[in-house]
Amino acid sequence: MKKEKLCVLNTVKENVMRERLLSAIENHARISTDDLAAITCSTPEAVESELSKLEAEKVICGYHTLINWDKAGEETADAFIEVKATPQKGVGFDQMAAQISRYPQVESIFLISGSCDFIVFISGKSMREIAMFVSEELSTIDGVISTTTQFILKKYKQDGFDYQGYSRDERIVTT
Amino acid sequence: MRNPLNSYIEAIPPSGIRKFFDLVSEMNDPDVISLGVGEPDFDTPWHIRKEGINALNKGKTFYTANAGLLELRKEIAKFMKRKYDLSYDPKDEILVTVGGSEAIDACFRAMLDRGDEIIIPEPCFVSYKPCAIMAGAVPVVIDLKAENEFRLQPEELEAAITDKTKMVFLSYPNNPTGAIMEREDLEKIAKVIIEHDLFVISDEIYAELTYGDERFVSIASLPGMRERTVVVNGFSKAFAMTGWRLGYAAGPEPIMEQMKKVHQFAIMCSPTLSQYAGVSALRYGEEDIKIMRSEYDRRRRYLLNKFNNMGIPCFEAKGAFYLFPCIKKFGMSSDEFANAILNEQKLAVVPGSAFGNSGEGFLRISYAYSLEDLQKAMERLEKFIETRQSK
Repeated sequence: MKKEKLCVLNTVKENVMRERLLSAIENHARISTDDLAAITCSTPEAVESELSKLEAEKVICGYHTLINWDKAGEETADAFIEVKATPQKGVGFDQMAAQISRYPQVESIFLISGSCDFIVFISGKSMREIAMFVSEELSTIDGVISTTTQFILKKYKQDGFDYQGYSRDERIVTT
Repeated sequence: MRNPLNSYIEAIPPSGIRKFFDLVSEMNDPDVISLGVGEPDFDTPWHIRKEGINALNKGKTFYTANAGLLELRKEIAKFMKRKYDLSYDPKDEILVTVGGSEAIDACFRAMLDRGDEIIIPEPCFVSYKPCAIMAGAVPVVIDLKAENEFRLQPEELEAAITDKTKMVFLSYPNNPTGAIMEREDLEKIAKVIIEHDLFVISDEIYAELTYGDERFVSIASLPGMRERTVVVNGFSKAFAMTGWRLGYAAGPEPIMEQMKKVHQFAIMCSPTLSQYAGVSALRYGEEDIKIMRSEYDRRRRYLLNKFNNMGIPCFEAKGAFYLFPCIKKFGMSSDEFANAILNEQKLAVVPGSAFGNSGEGFLRISYAYSLEDLQKAMERLEKFIETRQSK
């Protein structure tokens, strides 16, 4: 009986630790293990072990950097492609999604409700490169009925980052 | 020509915070990192801003009732009940003010007679003493001690009481120390206050920023204290609404009636657009508070660990968004330390002495800054300390 109770306590603790860890690194991916331990009231060893678990379970899928390529002086183009497709017997849309996902140009793919089946987000060097990819690769996949390409003209907000937001601290010291 | 100035006002020294930060702005150096600002780094949540814009669009540009929109007062009453178990009648026990600061000023002027003594525990925010003097009262300072985590002790209070004492000022969670008072601490203080028939003004502007397992306790919620307490609170810190200038006071009707008089003749009413925005804050802002509080708490734990690793003594402050590390071991005054680190490492922090004599030997570190800014600041502090230790 006693043992069982302890297990429950440990699980709760682990859940709290997970929640704290995930919410801490969601917006602070570069933070050190030591600092993470301080922030989550834990030890660096426990943090390391929990992070490894989260990575293995694919709860944490990567540590990415949001780059404004326009500012970096790189020529890039991005587009959303609406894809209409015919579901395949036994596997529905999954096999086709896996096939589309294999292309490195494809950054994201979602099955959606509404007028089309997939939304595919593509990033390339130029509009031409994307147009070529759509016409020569994407639209020729078996089961794809049609595609509609929507090029992104300007980015305002991405992954929670407001490109137009003010970055200067305008607060003055009064209180 | 005769002296055009009021001698009381002239004699009041300028704010110590401003004095130091005028120096910082004179440097005009973009590389300076500041941990000096005492207001949230978050923007006012969008639904609150939208309500301000809606009010403007609808032409809500007239005065409101002196005490504030009844709709807002009703929401304040619900909020105080829900959060702190305090019951006030929105009709005549709540006054909407221009920030918490105006509520403090109105309270002093409504309650203190010339020569009355008001006990002010320091370190504390810089406006309390000047406001008491401007109201004609006599501030009596208690120097709080670091070993008590800057909590007011009943014996300290007892020792400061004279036959002229009328009021005690409590400001917890505290600016600049981040200290809090828990229920047991407040019970001891309440006992002394009731015994000596005193009144309390409780500045609870940071109440929502209390960390750890303990919930914030208002002294007004203790038995026998409601009738002798004026609670001051506001929207600035909890909802990141400093520039909206919206606060409130709550207390027994006879006191509030007189405070309303002061407010009516001096201010008229709080900004109407802010009052409409305030309604949205109280109705729908709970999640915003939670998000901001957990981010502050992360930063608080991060800094405490850093100070600990650097060997800088700092008690675990559980409120507001300040830490108050002790720098006595470096053999410098707060002012000297703040000036040296500003010049050598371009890091601006407020000397603890700006908040009273008992703040000497401490620094006020604000964590109303992003974790990234705090990391950069701590690197500079570490470098500074290394140079001091090797000297």
